[in-house]
Amino acid sequence: MGRHRGKNWPSIAVVLLASLGATVVPLPGLLEPLRPNFVALTVLWLCLLSARSTGLLLAWGAGLAIDALHGMLLGQNALALVVIAYIALKMRLRIRAFPILHQSVVIFGLLALDEFILFWIDGLAGFPVTTWARWLPVLTGALCWPLLTGLYARLSIRG
Amino acid sequence: MPPIQDQDHRPLLLEGPSLGLRLAILAAAALVLMVADHRQQYLSVVRGWLSVAVYPVVWAVDAPSSAWRFASDALTARGSLEEQNARLSSQNRELRLRLLRLNSLEQENRRLREARASSARVAEKSLVAEILKIDLDPFRQRILVDKGSRDGVFIGQAALDGSGVFGQVTRVGPVSAEIIMISDPDHAIPVQINRTGVRTIAVGQGQAGSLLLPYLPRNADVVEGDLIVSSGLGGVFPPGYPVATVSEVLSDPAEPLLAVSATPLAQLDRDPEVLLVWFDNRIVEPEAAGGDSQPATAPQETPAAGSPPAAGSPSGGQ
Repeated sequence: MGRHRGKNWPSIAVVLLASLGATVVPLPGLLEPLRPNFVALTVLWLCLLSARSTGLLLAWGAGLAIDALHGMLLGQNALALVVIAYIALKMRLRIRAFPILHQSVVIFGLLALDEFILFWIDGLAGFPVTTWARWLPVLTGALCWPLLTGLYARLSIRG
Repeated sequence: MPPIQDQDHRPLLLEGPSLGLRLAILAAAALVLMVADHRQQYLSVVRGWLSVAVYPVVWAVDAPSSAWRFASDALTARGSLEEQNARLSSQNRELRLRLLRLNSLEQENRRLREARASSARVAEKSLVAEILKIDLDPFRQRILVDKGSRDGVFIGQAALDGSGVFGQVTRVGPVSAEIIMISDPDHAIPVQINRTGVRTIAVGQGQAGSLLLPYLPRNADVVEGDLIVSSGLGGVFPPGYPVATVSEVLSDPAEPLLAVSATPLAQLDRDPEVLLVWFDNRIVEPEAAGGDSQPATAPQETPAAGSPPAAGSPSGGQ
């Protein structure tokens, strides 16, 4: 810790806000169901990169922001993101050693878990969305992972 | 693709309480929030503040399209303005002509209603709210508008557009409000078939272009093209406003009910703005009550928002 701590907060805040914006930017009708969960991808990136223990808190706050933006049940995305951030933090050294496509597969699994938790809570709360289209963002998110990590590495955004 | 590498000097191990403990605490906090949020409106204040906190994001996302609207307004060519002006003034003439007749009809209607001692429910006041160009959940038909409790918007308020009923307010923050469209699968609106006066309920299907009327018996008189208007039962929507036209009537001999679908008249997916209306929300006494109708003004309270709200409670009138 020490001299690096606190230095990156502005860039983390900017990238999280940008990914929040990206989750509500209007897209043309056909692309809309394909929109990846940018906030989840960004949170995973931040968790994989750093050993910082605030990763979980960050995931929780970002999830709450999505819930507030989308008008969903408060805490729904917060719970889902905290769970996948926890797994990412636990397995972070192993995942980081994987080649990028292999990473995508792991990300696919994590995003699927995230979406499953949301799906589950939707069902419990009585607003089930059961169309298969709901799972598309998991696939597009995993496909976006190499591009997004490339971009973030280029911008040298790290937790 | 550049490999992820760690160049900083942070320790490999986490400091502070263990990760598992943090997970447990945060997950429990999320669960508590969800339960409190789900069990009615304990959190409406929190939600209001959160909606203000995320409003900058909403604003930033909406900014390009509103800037584009502004620019295209400012840079419209003279020719097209003149053409638009001509079109609007001829439309205005026509509407004023109709209004002349409407005024006298309204007078007559009021006199008749006074004679019957029942009160009409006509939209009294309206407020134009701009729809913010942001995408909410793609599986729910909800939108965000730029007016909130600061402008007097309340939960359960009806929203109309130029051609029909649009939806109702489900959530109000200080500067923004969420509107559920009549096409949302969680929404139902009490309606009446204009031609025959048959009352029923129209529920959303999750697509902007279609409503379902699932509760009409097989002998109900309904044909393609029938106009469906709001019946005003439930007190959320003012009565007599057009909602949809019947697009398909399917009669399956095996089913006790008709499968009727309808196309909403409001331009649900294309409107740039909606009208939030206040109307006199007094309950019309049935004639059998014997003349002395006692209009009971609904209290200023908000109805239970959320899932199928339309068929239910009265909303605050102003």
